[in-house]
Amino acid sequence: MTKTIEITAENFEDEVLNSKVPILVDFWAPWCQPCLMMGPGLEDLSEELDGKLKIGKLNTEIPSNQMLAAKYQIQSIPNMKLFKEGKMIKTFIGLRPKESLKLELGEAVDLS
Amino acid sequence: MEKYDLIIIGSGAAGLTAGIYAARYNLNFLIIGELQGGAISEAHKVCNYPSQNNISGFELTKKIVEHLKELEGEIVQERVKEIKKEKDFFKIQTNKKEYFAKKIILAIGREKQILNVPGEKEFLGKGVSYCATCDAAFYKNKIVAVIGGGNVAITAALLLAEHAEKVYVIYRRDNFFRAEPAWIKQLEKENKIEPIFNSNVKEIFGKNSVEGVKLDTGKEIKLDGVFVEIGALPKEIISRSLGIKTEKGYIITDKNNQKTNINGIYAAGDITNNNLKQVITACAEGAIASTTAYEELKLEK
Repeated sequence: MTKTIEITAENFEDEVLNSKVPILVDFWAPWCQPCLMMGPGLEDLSEELDGKLKIGKLNTEIPSNQMLAAKYQIQSIPNMKLFKEGKMIKTFIGLRPKESLKLELGEAVDLS
Repeated sequence: MEKYDLIIIGSGAAGLTAGIYAARYNLNFLIIGELQGGAISEAHKVCNYPSQNNISGFELTKKIVEHLKELEGEIVQERVKEIKKEKDFFKIQTNKKEYFAKKIILAIGREKQILNVPGEKEFLGKGVSYCATCDAAFYKNKIVAVIGGGNVAITAALLLAEHAEKVYVIYRRDNFFRAEPAWIKQLEKENKIEPIFNSNVKEIFGKNSVEGVKLDTGKEIKLDGVFVEIGALPKEIISRSLGIKTEKGYIITDKNNQKTNINGIYAAGDITNNNLKQVITACAEGAIASTTAYEELKLEK
């Protein structure tokens, strides 16, 4: 049972860039209703994909996180970016059911 | 098999209010919805709901959901794929499960309209946005445009003016005749906002992200973000498959009881052919729909 991880400017390198498994980083903000609706689905997926994929959440409202939001050119949320071996390989924008997200993730990384 | 007296499809203002009434009628009911609050969840400000003179759509949604939860109303976040009439029940297939309901309230609302111009898809999330409340904060000191001229467009422009350096409002008509005068007055006071009338966006252009728009007047505007707020269209798939009568896609309802032409199916909120698409009318229709369901269920028992 693995819950999502909170990603911050401090742990970004360790948790995201140096992650051994692919990691999906959800750039979100508390004022964004679609982001909040994405939340439970991401928690479920995090448990379902335990060991194959990590899921992290980065709150763009926190000032120290805003450099990262700018670096990855976040202009629309929910915005989920998939990182593999330290590289950002795919972006998912907008609310979607967790099943669709799982399928899309499966096309980009090996989840079997 | 999960059987309910009533299933409400949609978790916007209409669906949530239908739920509050259903809970107080002690019905065995469930709400299935994708986005809590629906259209209002993304509204910058709601100022015309009695007792709420200045509340964000986000906060109002939270309050209505809390109200429903205090009454032990249940919401599941699923997408309805198909509804079929079976013997005594409607079978509802979602992306996760099958549910069965004696009565259904359709409170499925509308979908935001897209511009359908070159660059719109390409720059989604790279300068093109459909949710000002979600994304306004990413445009600090930038130049943006809101496309549209209704209440949603104007409130989006007011919100953006709190963050951006300059906000154009590009509208196809020659004045904001569709918007509430109270909003227009506020907009006119805001010197960061500049309306551009009689214009349609022909193209959104840029390299890695949006750099500008081309208008059908020949004008070109350099900017960093485009917020599309040109209205919404009713979701038609469900009504079509059930044979529900519609008018321009909106479900025709009997205003006395929110019944549709199909027995046991009612409709409420922005999906109906009502004249005013507002929170208060959506809530009212949700309340009436639940009451009709309750009365019909009572007669059947």
